[in-house]
Amino acid sequence: MRWMWIDRVTELTPRKRMVAIKNVTLSEEHLHDHFAATDTKPALPVMPASLMIEGMAQTAGVLVGHAEGFKEKVVLAKVSDATIDADVGPGMTIRYTAEITQIDEQGAATRGTIEVLDHANADAGYQPVGTVDLMFSHLDNNRSGLEFPEHNFVFGESFRTLLTTSGIEIPG
Amino acid sequence: MTHDEIFAKVRDVLVDALAVDEDEVTAEATLTSDLGAESIDFLDIVFKLEQTFGFKIEQGELFPDNVTQDPEFVQNGRVTAAGMTRLKERLPHADFSQLGSNPEVTKVGQIFTVGALVNFVERKLSN
Repeated sequence: MRWMWIDRVTELTPRKRMVAIKNVTLSEEHLHDHFAATDTKPALPVMPASLMIEGMAQTAGVLVGHAEGFKEKVVLAKVSDATIDADVGPGMTIRYTAEITQIDEQGAATRGTIEVLDHANADAGYQPVGTVDLMFSHLDNNRSGLEFPEHNFVFGESFRTLLTTSGIEIPG
Repeated sequence: MTHDEIFAKVRDVLVDALAVDEDEVTAEATLTSDLGAESIDFLDIVFKLEQTFGFKIEQGELFPDNVTQDPEFVQNGRVTAAGMTRLKERLPHADFSQLGSNPEVTKVGQIFTVGALVNFVERKLSN
């Protein structure tokens, strides 16, 4: 099983844009360590920025994979730019919006925005958290010339479940 | 667009793609040895050049595609005369001045200097 960092796809415009959400919950064990209470400070459970980058990578990666019917093995190759300006805590909903800026046989570049909805202040709507721009490589067409197995190990059962429960038809 | 204007735009692309300082981006600097480019950075550079200059770069047009994996062109870790001929045909914009006639394949990256990228863009815009 793969560790999924998005719960549901809420919008998909093929080859252009995908929106996904994640509900942050205290049942996620890492929140108890990030950050645990000390002798002088109370606990501060916040979603690690690195995992929000992974959430964006999964959102954008599915968008890029969907563009070619999941025939390409799409892997995150480069975090071109990442800025996280706000904390996200338990009980909040993260919204990832990924857009493809360029795509060809070798890979793709995406631009992404992260927002958060604080349900205790829902009237305020989604507020900006940061931006994450990424690059993906199509492994079979990578410049190193390495050959990879035919089986598409990137988009496994977890991603298929995510798409079907979000009401999105899986091409092919 | 003048040579200096193209150089300035190429420099901006490399500063953005490789997170280097402007003053590191000289015409003679090699993308890999001097500016630290890795394989995925080449695709990033291609994408950014396309966006900046508004043209399409085909796979293998700017950087070689499979030449260095072909046994006809690389033997005993060195590029053969046939390989050098093919590289020069395929990559007329590249800088072969430091490479010699029978170079180690690991040295091929030296042909991709900042000046070679500027040369590539100038040729592309003039067509």
